[in-house]
Amino acid sequence: MNQSVALPAHLQDIQQKVEGYARDLGLDFPEVRFIMLDFSQINQVAAYDGFPRRYPHWRFGMEYERLRKSYAWGLHRIYEMVINTDPCYAYLLASNLDVDQKLVMAHVYGHADFFKNNLWFAHTNRQMLDEMANHATRISRYMDKYGYEEVEAFIDRCLSLENLIDIHQPSIRRLAARPQERQEDAHVADANSGRLRASGYMDSFINPPEYLAEMRQRAAAERQREKQFPVEPQKDVLLFLLEYAPLEPWQQDIVAIVREEALYFAPQRQTKIMNEGWASFWHSTIMTRHALSPDELIDYADHHSGTLATSPGRLNPYKLGIELLRDVEDRWNRGAFGPEYEACTSQAERARWDRKLGLGREKIFEVRRIYNDIGFIDEFLTRDFAEAQQLFSYRYNRRARRYEVESRDFDDIKRQLLTSLTNFGEPAILVQDANFQNRGELYLRHVWEEVDLRLDYAQDTLENVQALWQRPVHLETHITDRGLMQFSYDGKEHSQKLLVPQKV
Amino acid sequence: MPLPIEQDNARFKQIVRGKIRRNLRKYMSNGELIGRQGKDLVSIPVPQVDLPRFTFGNVGRGGVAQGPGQPGDPLSQADPGDSAGQAGDQPGQHILEVDVSLDELAQMLAEELELPRIEPKGLDNIESEKARYTDIRRVGPDSLRHFKRTYREALKRQVISGIYNPERPVIIPVREDMRYRSFQRKPAPEANAVIIYMMDVSGSMGDYEKRLVRLTAFWIDTWLKANYRKIERRYIVHDARAGEVDEHAFYHLRQSGGTMISSALQLCRQLIQHNFDPQDWNIYLFQFSDGENWDTDNVTCLELLSEHLLPVANLYCYGQVNEYRHSNYEGAFINQLARLDEPAKLVTARIPNPDAIFDALKLFLGKGR
Repeated sequence: MNQSVALPAHLQDIQQKVEGYARDLGLDFPEVRFIMLDFSQINQVAAYDGFPRRYPHWRFGMEYERLRKSYAWGLHRIYEMVINTDPCYAYLLASNLDVDQKLVMAHVYGHADFFKNNLWFAHTNRQMLDEMANHATRISRYMDKYGYEEVEAFIDRCLSLENLIDIHQPSIRRLAARPQERQEDAHVADANSGRLRASGYMDSFINPPEYLAEMRQRAAAERQREKQFPVEPQKDVLLFLLEYAPLEPWQQDIVAIVREEALYFAPQRQTKIMNEGWASFWHSTIMTRHALSPDELIDYADHHSGTLATSPGRLNPYKLGIELLRDVEDRWNRGAFGPEYEACTSQAERARWDRKLGLGREKIFEVRRIYNDIGFIDEFLTRDFAEAQQLFSYRYNRRARRYEVESRDFDDIKRQLLTSLTNFGEPAILVQDANFQNRGELYLRHVWEEVDLRLDYAQDTLENVQALWQRPVHLETHITDRGLMQFSYDGKEHSQKLLVPQKV
Repeated sequence: MPLPIEQDNARFKQIVRGKIRRNLRKYMSNGELIGRQGKDLVSIPVPQVDLPRFTFGNVGRGGVAQGPGQPGDPLSQADPGDSAGQAGDQPGQHILEVDVSLDELAQMLAEELELPRIEPKGLDNIESEKARYTDIRRVGPDSLRHFKRTYREALKRQVISGIYNPERPVIIPVREDMRYRSFQRKPAPEANAVIIYMMDVSGSMGDYEKRLVRLTAFWIDTWLKANYRKIERRYIVHDARAGEVDEHAFYHLRQSGGTMISSALQLCRQLIQHNFDPQDWNIYLFQFSDGENWDTDNVTCLELLSEHLLPVANLYCYGQVNEYRHSNYEGAFINQLARLDEPAKLVTARIPNPDAIFDALKLFLGKGR
């Protein structure tokens, strides 16, 4: 940060104005500090995900290389970058036009407001700037002590498992502990489990032997399950490994660091559409209503439309977000919601619908507070909207070997969109059993939802899990056309077996 | 001040280089690098250095997008999420282009093939001047001030003039004490080399064979360029007669005559006589053919080689490029060459397929000459 340049006076003026507009419009944000960087510095910061300092790792170098090259070739240009901290830090590219800087600032205030007020960010560490620097220091120290290559190799393994976290983990309060003492003796309980109260002569009718047998079985299964470890399948695989894998203290620390950083970034991935939509909504409002001077109009329009451009095969979160927010605002202004509106079947009448409620602004502020992308799409993506925005779903056609437009059916589109947002579009992997076959082997289960895992990656990742767990590890998943499979790695070789063949 | 990211970037490059080195054999045999060669750089495609993770196979997984089009229409332009042009069963690999200098590539080649450094002959025949900072002068810019020497001069002067006080050893240099680093021009030996490629372009040499030659020549060039400051390359093609051509023609010319290997050797000899004095030049001869030659001509060849060429050349290498045809009959040129007993200068190798290039290069260049 010390190499950064304080904002020149005229940009400070702009900043104060834009900040004033943002506050007047009702945005609520912590102090935002803008830092001016040249392109190589901004590429570094971008490679570090917006932070001035990260732990040493080649992955950042790779990202930097990519950014630097595509910048040099004129393929991209970083306009805005802002991090979720308090105070909020945002970066301006020194070579941008003043109108760009204005636009970026307006956009950044939108993000800053979102970070502060959206519920999904409630558990993020606002001192992450310091935390990241601490992580860097700790990992550098481990590297000095245990060797660069060794620590790097371990980080590689952890990063490969980075997505195996439970994003809800930070907001869950766990039960203190399971009750230690059992009221009943297991055998007595077994014999009597499920027995309904009945007078003696009715007993054999109300509690027939088959029924009792079934109940006993159920109780036994329940007890068996309680003996299992973990009792409930655990979604936070990284946490599980952190707590139970036989790791050195420094290794534990690195797992914890990787997990903490992954959890910190998770809400941003959870709210990409809303966050960018919200920021774009406000930069557009601030610029067109207040900040723009006539001579800047063309440049602004050019860059604004650039951010919102769509291309086939890729959904632009900026575009979808801003359009959906505008739609919500419009509908709540007109009162175009609720049972009465839903029941109306006349297209013309729906279009004319106006109860003059004027609730739009209020509604979108509520939306930005309580929704993430999944809820946002689920709740507010309507048939009319999908048609107006020409949304479609696409799929890979194996025979034609290309991606094709699949459907313009609203339900298909919505299902597809929600599926791709679920769990960030990543597979859900659970720790099913940490003492598989009573041999301390780790059994992971992939919750299959019609899409197969990429197998070569899965096997490589399994090796990394094994390296942490140090006992054989297994992964259960479904493979289309084959059935339920179990992939195993014991530290030396891979094996696989078919558990349940797919029914033809 | 270098950015901290430069360290990560350097480490990343190091990892990529390691990857290239490990896959060098593959790069050698698939010829992807030719045509990606700039003046000093080769751009090498490396599969993305990636961290594996549990993730979905892309194929079969659709998405939602925005725009015109009817169901069944292909998505124009970019395929979602992967690079164009590769819609196989695997999701498109993100290919990383890495620029590697030819010197570096030669270095990797040397490490991988365990090549010895070449000891050029005529070591000091041609000299050039090279500036090195080994001298000390009394005048110069402050940035080159030699602190130790300056201190020593000042100390000497103070001791001599008796103002040095061991109790209070303060040394104050004056202008005359100042010493500066300076460069010295040193004659640096510079050896030149010429590579003469000879190839049979008679009807029996097809595109496949020429590709093998081209691949092999690429790596020979790379290695020799790294060892000499100046390299000249000459190309001779022959069927029953020989002629000198440029590089492009060398790889593309096709003729349908008979074969007389001696014609190329004869021309080669003239070329050396007129242009490349063995006193001044390191001469490398590489010959490629499919091994077919007239028996009577073989005799002439051996004579030419042993009398005129081998004595002046650093190295004579013969690569027999053919897939399977008559590879080992008695009259094949490669077997005829075995009769010459010149193990130091004469190397032969069979290059039946791209995979053999690796070993052929090891033989050709492993002599350290």
